[in-house]
Amino acid sequence: MRLHRISALLFRHLYLYKRSVPRLMDVFFWPVIELLLWGFISLYLQKFDMGGLNIVTVLLGAIIFWDLLSQSQRAVSVAFLEDVWERNFLNIFVTPLTVGEFMVSAVLLGLVRVALVGAVMAVLAFALYHLNIFAFGFSLIPFAANLLLFGWAAGLFATAIILRYGTSAQVIAFSLLFLVQPLSAVFYPASVLPEGVRFFAYLLPSTHVFEGMRTVIATGSFPYAELGWAFLTNAICLFLSIRYFYYMFARVKEQGRLMKLD
Amino acid sequence: MIVRMPILQVQNLVKKFNGTTAVDGISFAIEEGKITGLLGPNGAGKTTTILMLLDLVTPTGGTISIFGKDMRHHREEILSKVNFSSPYVALPSNMKVWENLTTFARLYGVKDVKGKIEELVDFFDIRAFLPKMTATLSTGQLTRLNLTKALLNDPKLLFLDEPTASLDPDIADRTRTMLKRIQKERGVTILYTSHNMAEIDELCERVIFLQAGKIVDDGTPKELVIKYGRKDLNEVFLSIARNNNHASTQN
Ligand SMILES: Nc1ncnc2c1ncn2[C@@H]1O[C@H](COP(=O)(O)OP(=O)(O)O)[C@@H](O)[C@H]1O
Ligand SMILES: [Mg+2]
Repeated sequence: MRLHRISALLFRHLYLYKRSVPRLMDVFFWPVIELLLWGFISLYLQKFDMGGLNIVTVLLGAIIFWDLLSQSQRAVSVAFLEDVWERNFLNIFVTPLTVGEFMVSAVLLGLVRVALVGAVMAVLAFALYHLNIFAFGFSLIPFAANLLLFGWAAGLFATAIILRYGTSAQVIAFSLLFLVQPLSAVFYPASVLPEGVRFFAYLLPSTHVFEGMRTVIATGSFPYAELGWAFLTNAICLFLSIRYFYYMFARVKEQGRLMKLD
Repeated sequence: MIVRMPILQVQNLVKKFNGTTAVDGISFAIEEGKITGLLGPNGAGKTTTILMLLDLVTPTGGTISIFGKDMRHHREEILSKVNFSSPYVALPSNMKVWENLTTFARLYGVKDVKGKIEELVDFFDIRAFLPKMTATLSTGQLTRLNLTKALLNDPKLLFLDEPTASLDPDIADRTRTMLKRIQKERGVTILYTSHNMAEIDELCERVIFLQAGKIVDDGTPKELVIKYGRKDLNEVFLSIARNNNHASTQN
């Protein structure tokens, strides 16, 4: 691993983001719209008696966390797609860049984007709805970290799929997480899921994160078990995604498709 | 007696793409400091060979050794002193010229990024394009940009796949002059493909003829012209391509 090559790719993306409205919208505009939408929904729901449940905190907290996850995933996938769209793979892999360095730079771009989106949403949530997500102290941070990790795993997985099937599969880069959203118990507890489905839900790191987050918000106690499960399932997802990515990359080189990826 | 180590050595290189054999067990060596031409009709396996030499396509069999080191085990070390350019592989069009050059200089770990770019943009006379978007460059300007990128890491070995394809005769001629300067002034060894026989004749001290994935001849342009009893390299090309491809030219 060489830092100068990882940072070279990171800077390259910053050049692109700096002047691209669609890319900046992806980071700033859509999360804000979502925050507004869910904020108004929860303000409306607040009018009903929810038996002491703080609906603003639960729903807004959920949507902010969900966006961290989806930003992390999309940043990784799009970092890869930029090179597919510009047919730049041959150029970058004719340098000494390694596949591992390529993955790390994509993942770091995810980190940067998550930090930006997180900051914007936290400020807006506080300004608009008086929701201070830092009121829970450090309890939510390890859960947020797990979302970042799961976003990386999902992003690399989506990327490997595109390596395999070409850009006709790029819709996966933008929709993969929506497939797991219903199972991830983002807005409701996993207990409402049907029995048979619940088992699969608990295989997902995201489910443990959102369950854990609700426990923190509702009870203030720290759910160590959920956090442990989140880390464990994440480790497995990340391991499998990275292996799958390496495997697909080797296959592409085998089939001579690096030049023709599109 | 001291035997000079070839800068590039290929042994029994094979590439099969499920069923079709693109490169069929070729062996050759290249000595330092020369321009060598890799010739052959479309589909002969030239591009596939070059991509394997750059570890962009995984060989089915055989060994590649560059600077005396095996590609499979010394990829990073080898690629840091090798470069590649082809008009079919453009730099990202949505970046500015200086952004592209800076990115690749950093990828190669160039110590003085600014100084290196300064030096090369003067060599290729593209200083005026630095702040422009790459998409706005003409084909001739892109060729110079690609060559600039290809020299950022001071390569010892340069692979060029049809560098003058799609250039008008004037710009093609300037490009040839630049290639000669690169080889002379910078001592770069060049392996180069082209369909322009006059160009090969002008530039190359040696040509390797590929046909259907096999090396069918190897020598200086002059030697080959004499050997085949033809008046120039173009006729040699036609003779080799048609003789060895008898079955397919009949229908
Ligand atoms: N990625 C690939 N998948 C399948 N066949 C390929 C691929 N790349 C090249 N080929 C085949 O290999 C042969 C050699 O191609 P190539 O190396 O591009 O020839 P050249 O550069 O000499 O024109 C051709 O028959 C071509 O169709
Ligand atoms: Mg070719």
